[in-house]
Amino acid sequence: MGVEYIYPEFEVIRNENRCITCRVCERQCANEVHSYSPELGIMLADETKCVDCQRCVSLCPTHALKIAKSPCTYRENTNWQNDTIKEIYKQANSGGVLLSSMGNPKPFPVYWDKILINASQVTNPPIDPLREPMETRVFLGKKPEKIERDKKGNLVCKLPPQIELSMPVMFSAMSYGSISYNAHWSLARAATELGIAYNTGEGGLHEDFYAYGPNTIVQVASGRFGVHEDYLMAGAAIEIKMGQGAKPGIGGHLPGEKIVGDVSRTRMIPEGTDAISPAPHHDIYSIEDLRQLVYSLKEATEYKKPVIVKIAAVHNVALIASGIARSGADIIAIDGFRGGTGAAPTRIRDNVGIPIELALAAVDQRLRDEGIRNNVSIVAGGSIRSATDVIKAIALGADACYIATAALLALGCHLCRTCQSGKCNWGIATQRPDLTKRLNPDIGSARLVNLMTAWQHEIKEIIGGMGINSIEALKGNRLMLRGVGLTEKELEILGISHAGE
Amino acid sequence: MKKEGQIRIPSGCAIAAVISKEGRRMSGEVVVNAMMPMHDRSNGLGGGFAGYGIYPEYKDFYALHLFFDNRTVRKDCEAFLKERFEIVKSEHIPTRQIPAITDEPIIWRYFVAPLSSVVTLMQVDEKEFVARTVMKINTELKGAYVFSSGKNMGAFKAVGFPEDIGVFYKLDEYEGYSWTGHGRYPTNTPGWWGGAHPFTLLDYSVVHNGEISSYDANRRFIEMFGYKCTLQTDTEVITYIMDYLIRRQGLTLAEAASVVAAPFWSTIERKTDPAEKEKLYFLRSMFPSLLVTGPFSIVLGFTGGLMALNDRLKLRSMVVGEKDDKVFIASEEAAIRVMEPDAENIWAPAGGEPVIVRVREGAI
Amino acid sequence: MKRVYVNEEWCLACHLCEYNCAFANSGHSDMVLALKGKKLYPRIHVEGDEKISYAVSCRHCLDPLCVKSCIAGALSRKEGIIEVDQNKCVGCLTCVLVCPYGALAPNEDGIMQKCELCLKNSAGEPACVAGCPNKAIVYEEREVI
Repeated sequence: MGVEYIYPEFEVIRNENRCITCRVCERQCANEVHSYSPELGIMLADETKCVDCQRCVSLCPTHALKIAKSPCTYRENTNWQNDTIKEIYKQANSGGVLLSSMGNPKPFPVYWDKILINASQVTNPPIDPLREPMETRVFLGKKPEKIERDKKGNLVCKLPPQIELSMPVMFSAMSYGSISYNAHWSLARAATELGIAYNTGEGGLHEDFYAYGPNTIVQVASGRFGVHEDYLMAGAAIEIKMGQGAKPGIGGHLPGEKIVGDVSRTRMIPEGTDAISPAPHHDIYSIEDLRQLVYSLKEATEYKKPVIVKIAAVHNVALIASGIARSGADIIAIDGFRGGTGAAPTRIRDNVGIPIELALAAVDQRLRDEGIRNNVSIVAGGSIRSATDVIKAIALGADACYIATAALLALGCHLCRTCQSGKCNWGIATQRPDLTKRLNPDIGSARLVNLMTAWQHEIKEIIGGMGINSIEALKGNRLMLRGVGLTEKELEILGISHAGE
Repeated sequence: MKKEGQIRIPSGCAIAAVISKEGRRMSGEVVVNAMMPMHDRSNGLGGGFAGYGIYPEYKDFYALHLFFDNRTVRKDCEAFLKERFEIVKSEHIPTRQIPAITDEPIIWRYFVAPLSSVVTLMQVDEKEFVARTVMKINTELKGAYVFSSGKNMGAFKAVGFPEDIGVFYKLDEYEGYSWTGHGRYPTNTPGWWGGAHPFTLLDYSVVHNGEISSYDANRRFIEMFGYKCTLQTDTEVITYIMDYLIRRQGLTLAEAASVVAAPFWSTIERKTDPAEKEKLYFLRSMFPSLLVTGPFSIVLGFTGGLMALNDRLKLRSMVVGEKDDKVFIASEEAAIRVMEPDAENIWAPAGGEPVIVRVREGAI
Repeated sequence: MKRVYVNEEWCLACHLCEYNCAFANSGHSDMVLALKGKKLYPRIHVEGDEKISYAVSCRHCLDPLCVKSCIAGALSRKEGIIEVDQNKCVGCLTCVLVCPYGALAPNEDGIMQKCELCLKNSAGEPACVAGCPNKAIVYEEREVI
C-alpha cells in the first residue's frame, strides 16, 4: 500500500444476474483471483492477482464473466505512458530487472502487413487447388554444387541429409520445462501426423517421446541440457541454438521450481537447481569455433543428420548468416525480434534485434550475391501468424517457417504473457500437475493438426491464385510481392517493388 | 514508359519448329510460312527465328549476332571483342527494307574464335568463356546486345510480325537442318528488338509460349551462377536454366526436362521402376528452384536436335507431327499443315513429357 | 451401445459436468433460469480430491443390481439404457444402497433420478460429455466386459 501500490491492471466484471455460483472460475484460477463468499452467497474477485489469461471467461458456463482493462489510469502523457510509469514503480519497489514473456508487444512496424500478394489475371491462368494437384512439400538441407555420375554414367542419386516436410512450417523450439509434458506431447503427435517437425528446445527429449524422433528436431543450446548421444541420434535434425529473437545476446533461465521430476531427469540436472543457459556457448567465441561444433555433431551422428544453426535477427545478420553458410551447417534458422519466450528481461525483449522480414530478405539476398544460397536452407521465425505470413516469407526467400506462438495459441494460450510465473492456467507453461493435466494431448494435437491443415489449404488456394502449383516455385519469388506504405529503403532491403509499380 | 528489361512484360505467343532427322537442309522460308496461319497469336510487337546448320562455311567459329544502338558503341564493342577473340569475319547482317519493319538498330554479325591465351587466363573452358563474354556485353556495354552466340547457328529477330521478319532477314536465302520460329504477343510497350524471341546462349535457343509464374524464383536462383537476366523474359531465364542444367551440370535433355517440368510427387511415388523413381526424386529435391510453373510450351534448339516441352499441367497448346525424316512442332496444327500438308501422327504431348528429336549421328 | 466413460487422467474437477447435467434435465432453455439460486441435483457427480478426480454417473450395467432390487418396479432396462419411471418410484432408496457406483440419487422431491444419457431431454446426447472442457468424459462404443 501507499507509494508501492499499483492499481490492478485488469478488472474482473461479473454479471451477477448471470452468475450461478458454480465456482468453476474459482477452481480454475491458479492465481486465486476468484473466491466464494458463503455469507454473501456470491463470488468475489481479487483483481490484483488477475493476469487476463481468460481461463475463467472461457469456462464460465453462463458467460457471466469478462476481463477488462482497468480504466484507472495515470494522467495522460504521451511521453510517460501508463506502462512506462508502472514499470518505474515496479523497479523502484523491487530493485530488479523487469521480466516478461512471449513476443515484443510494442508498436514496431509489422512488415508482413505492409506486403501484398499477387494473383494471375488474363495472361496466365490461376490454378484451382480443388481440381489440380497443388504441392507444398519441401526439403531442408544443403544441395551439392554439382551432380555426380558413376562409371556407367548413371546419376548418383545421393543428397546430403535433408528434412522432408509436407508443408513449409515447423513448430519452433520450446523446451520441456518451459512448457509442459502434455504440450510437448501435443506438438510431437501433431508434427508426426502432419509430416512436419517440432523442436525440443534446449531441455532435452523426454524418453516417452523418442518414438516421435523422425519428426523431432533436437536442440543443443549453450547449457547443453539433456544432450547425449542417443538424444542426438533420436531426431531428424540437430539444431545449435546460438540465439533467440526474443532475447538476443542472453541465455535462458529456468527457475529451480520448474526443475522437478522428469524435467530434472530429462535435462540431466539435479532437482530444484536453476537451469541457467550461458549467454554464449563457451566453446564458441567465433565462427571457426561454430564450425567445430557443427562438425563435432556431424561426427557424433555419422553425418546422417542435418545441422541447423539458429540465430537471432540482429543488425549484421546477413554477414553472420554468410559465415554460417560456410561453416558446414545445413540450415540456418533466423528468429526475428517479435519471437516469443517463456521469460526474458522486458527491456531486451522490447528493444534488441530486428524484424524477421528485413533480416530474412537481407540474408537471402546476401547468400545469393555470394552464390552460396544452395549451401543452406533458411527457416524464418519470430512471429509468423498466418498462412499469408508463411507465403510472404517463402516469397522473400525462406525455405520454411518456424511457428511457436501460433502453435501455443492453438493449444489454448491466450497470450497473457506471464509464462514466467509458472502458473499457466492453460496447462502449457507450467509444471504443476494439477495445471498440466488441463492440456489433454488428444485435444491439443488435434487442434494443432487443424490449424496447420487450415493453413495448408490457404497456402494452396493463394499460390494457386498466383498460377503456381508447387511451393518451390514460390521460394524467393519476390515479384509476387508488393509493398504498401514503405519507404524506398525498406523496399530496397525487402527487394520488392511498391504496389502500382 | 519503361523499356523491356527494366520491367517484366507478360506475353502470349505462337511457336513453330521443324527438323530433319537426316540432317537435310531446308530453306528458312518453311518455318516463316508456318507462322502465317498463327498470325492472330502475335500482335506485331516481336518475332524471330533460329536456324541450325546455316553457316557451314564458318562452322568452327562462334557466330555472334549483335544489335547496336549506334556506330560508336559498335566501334567500342569491336575493340572489346578484339581483346578476347580473333574475328575472322565481320559484316552487316543482310536485310530487305520493307515497310512493315522499321526503326531497326545496326545489326551485325561476327564469326570469332576465342583467344586461347585469354581463355587460359580465366581458367574456364571455351564455352564458358564465350557465355561470360556475352553476359558482360549485355550487362555492361550500353547500346550493344548479343542476341546469338552459337556455332553454325543463328537467331534472327525483330519487332514486327514474324512473317515480315522472315522476309526482312532474307531467311529464304539460308538453309538449315532445323528451324524454330516465334511470334510474340506482349501485353504492353512497343517491345524491343532484343526482347523478341528466340532467346539464345551459345548454341541453345529457346522459343516459348506462355507466362511462367515461377519467374522470379528461377531468375534469382540462376543469377547465382553468373547469368544475368537483362530482359526479364521467361525465354531468357529458361534458356539460362537449360544451359546451366545441360552444359554446366551435365544433365541429359530428358533429365533437364524432369527438373523444369518435374512430375508431381504423387506421380513419382506411383513409379514402379525403383531406379527411375529414385532419379526423379533426386532431381526434384536437388533442383527445386528450377521447377518452372505456370503455362509454357517451349522448343529448345541445340546443335543436332530439338526438344519440345510443355508445362506439367499443359496450360499451353502444342502439337507435334511427322512426315518422312521431318518432325514438326507448333502451337497449332494449322502451322504444321502449312509446313507439310500430309503430316502424319499428329499428337499433343502430355504436360511435362519432353519430345526430343535428334539428327541421325553422322548426318551433319 | 455407446456409453459415457471417464478418463480420470484428464478430469480437472471443475464440476462443469454437474451443472451441464442439471441444466440439460431442467427443461429450461437458459442455464441461468435453470440453476440460479437453486440447489443442484445433478445425475453425475465429481468424486475425488485435488490429486485425482473423476465424474461418476450410471454405467448402464448389463446385469443391473438396481433394476433387480427395485421394490416398485420403477427401474427397467430398455435397449441397454436403465431408466427410472418416476411415477412408480416410492423413494425407498434401495437402489442407492445396492448401486456399487453411487450413480443414483433422489431429486429435490425425494424421487429417484439417474443418468439416462440425455437421450430424452433437449440436449439429445450426454450434456456432461459435450460440455467437458478436457475430454475427460467421453461418449463412445467400447467392448463391455
